[in-house]
Amino acid sequence: MNFYERMMSLDRRWVYLVIGVVVVMTAIYPFRVPLYITPEARSVYDFVESLTPGEVLMIGVDYAPEVMAELHPMSYAITRQCFSKDIKLLLCCLHQNGPGMVEQVVAQVAEEYGKVNGTDYVYLGYKPYPGITILAMGQNFRIPFPEDYYGTPLDSLPMMRTITNFDNVKAIINISGGSGTEYWINYANGRYNAKLAIGVTGVMTADYYPFLQSGQIFGLIGGMKGASEYEYLAEKGGYISKEKDQLVASKSMPIQTTTHIVIILFIVIGNVGYFMTKGKK
Amino acid sequence: MGTAELIWNGVAAFLVLSIYSFLYKDNPFYKFAEHLVVGVSAGYFAIILYYNAFLPKLINPLRAGQYWYIIPGILGLLMWARFSRKWQWLSRPTLGFVIGGGAGLAIPLYLQNYVLRQLSATMLPVGFTTWPLIRNVLIIIMVFCALAYFYFSKQHKGAFGGAAQIGIWTLMVGFGAGFGMTVMGRVALLAERVVFLRDYFATLLSTLF
Amino acid sequence: MRRTLPIAVVTGMGLFMLVQYFIPLEEFETLYEWVLDWTMVIGCFAMLLGLYSLTTMMVTKVKRKAPGWGYSLVALAGLFFMVFVGVVPHYQDSLKYGTLFMDLFEYIYIPIQAAMFSLLAFYIASAAYRAFRARTILATILLLSAIIIMLRLVPLGPLSGINQWLVNFILTVPNMAAKRAFWLGVGLGATATALKIMLGIERGYMGRD
Repeated sequence: MNFYERMMSLDRRWVYLVIGVVVVMTAIYPFRVPLYITPEARSVYDFVESLTPGEVLMIGVDYAPEVMAELHPMSYAITRQCFSKDIKLLLCCLHQNGPGMVEQVVAQVAEEYGKVNGTDYVYLGYKPYPGITILAMGQNFRIPFPEDYYGTPLDSLPMMRTITNFDNVKAIINISGGSGTEYWINYANGRYNAKLAIGVTGVMTADYYPFLQSGQIFGLIGGMKGASEYEYLAEKGGYISKEKDQLVASKSMPIQTTTHIVIILFIVIGNVGYFMTKGKK
Repeated sequence: MGTAELIWNGVAAFLVLSIYSFLYKDNPFYKFAEHLVVGVSAGYFAIILYYNAFLPKLINPLRAGQYWYIIPGILGLLMWARFSRKWQWLSRPTLGFVIGGGAGLAIPLYLQNYVLRQLSATMLPVGFTTWPLIRNVLIIIMVFCALAYFYFSKQHKGAFGGAAQIGIWTLMVGFGAGFGMTVMGRVALLAERVVFLRDYFATLLSTLF
Repeated sequence: MRRTLPIAVVTGMGLFMLVQYFIPLEEFETLYEWVLDWTMVIGCFAMLLGLYSLTTMMVTKVKRKAPGWGYSLVALAGLFFMVFVGVVPHYQDSLKYGTLFMDLFEYIYIPIQAAMFSLLAFYIASAAYRAFRARTILATILLLSAIIIMLRLVPLGPLSGINQWLVNFILTVPNMAAKRAFWLGVGLGATATALKIMLGIERGYMGRD
């Protein structure tokens, strides 16, 4: 077996080892990664920036722990920006294993800013059948959510006195790791013309550019890179700080850079080996 | 980090490393963590379903005297007839209620949002004088060529075949973009876990020493 | 009757939901809200089906002492402990951040689930090395597109500006065109399937007699 044939029949665990070493070394010796801010992420930030104190923004958080690496930083950055600007938040979760993720974000950030549940934010909780829940929210939030996540009747919450349905929120930002985004686009924006922006995983980002171009969504935060772009903008705006360890996505970006380089090298080496051994077969 | 948080994070770090041990080979630590998460997630969902769905949508309204909620409750219970071969036909009206409603809603909404609005967004101003206009020309050509590729009722020959060829090139660029973004997405998941392990062990070492 | 009634329900519900979309009558709005409300109650019971299936499968494995039954015991223990901790002692306050229920979610469920999916980064690297070949022109186009997208995270010095422009072009022109063709297909396919369901042609949801 010559060098190229041995290279092509390499045990996959060696590949895992190389990735593991690169990732660990980068984690121990991180570096600053220059960032290019995409217009689609900036438009979400600029929209939230344009809101005035007292206005209501809805965040639909539809993800579970498996994609939290990419989406949790978006939730934290947007929530911190809103609470800094005294924007009221209405949150819901339509993923069955996601309610705890929202509770984690909202409880921690509300405590940082001294925000009160029921007055400064309302967390509606979870309901099954996301499409039906969104359609029902478009009529009246009280149809799917007669009580909030904690069991308090919605009508007893001061913030909900002036909120009936999507017409009373300035926009909806859907942060989703699955098919929930399609329901928000189809039902919330499609039926009720709700202003909608989305934050999605890297895997899903490329799929939603048609909706950005058609105007069905006004912004798109794509994956961990999008989250780090939003964190960069929020840091410049003074809403989050590196000293308080609030730049969650940006901490992982150096590992993204080095791992991408290694994977590209693997592709090149794999193809070199393939072409060198192809002629011999 | 307090002691309790240090211990909890230690448990989390142990479970993460148990999962990563699968990369070498399957082992009892991995199997333990895998089965633990299945049970914990099922228990978590059961509690969330009870407090966030059953309690506010069925139990509390019945307690408050809104007895008509018994009807959807019975319809929901009939769904469970699916587990019996003899009585599974009882679940069909309930399924019909849900599926029929969904189908009726889907027709106008899918046509409007995925077809008409997408087609109208493709009707862009064209020209060859500025780059935005040239981009619009490219978008229109690529959309219709990609659609031509998916039309299999006519042979892909001649001018139509040429359009289908441009279509498949467009699709390949799109799939490549999707793959590139997928790599970023997967690596992000690993990066976050490694950063968690790094931060935990750094805190543990600084606490102990 | 066993097949006719469900089909009648599907067609009736479908027609109502389709008609109410176009006719803004107050009575239709009330009926529409009532249908949505009932569907959510039915949904609560539907979600329980999965939980029931999982629990019975694990209990059966333990009863029969099938290979790996110890791990099923771990899963069952996790499930019942989560349910116990979610009810005792705080009842619905267990859902608040800082309780034992939420600590188990944060330090057991989150780390294991996140670590399991982070294994995909290793698998995608292995797949990139072993399977991603520029065998044909189409595969080469896909590969080049993917590499340009992946390079967006790599500092390339003077080439960074060109790469960012290329990435933006790929995502907003050919990728957008390809995905638009895909969504058009999804919209038309979903509409056709919904029509087939409403007209009783598609009856897979009913199961067998």
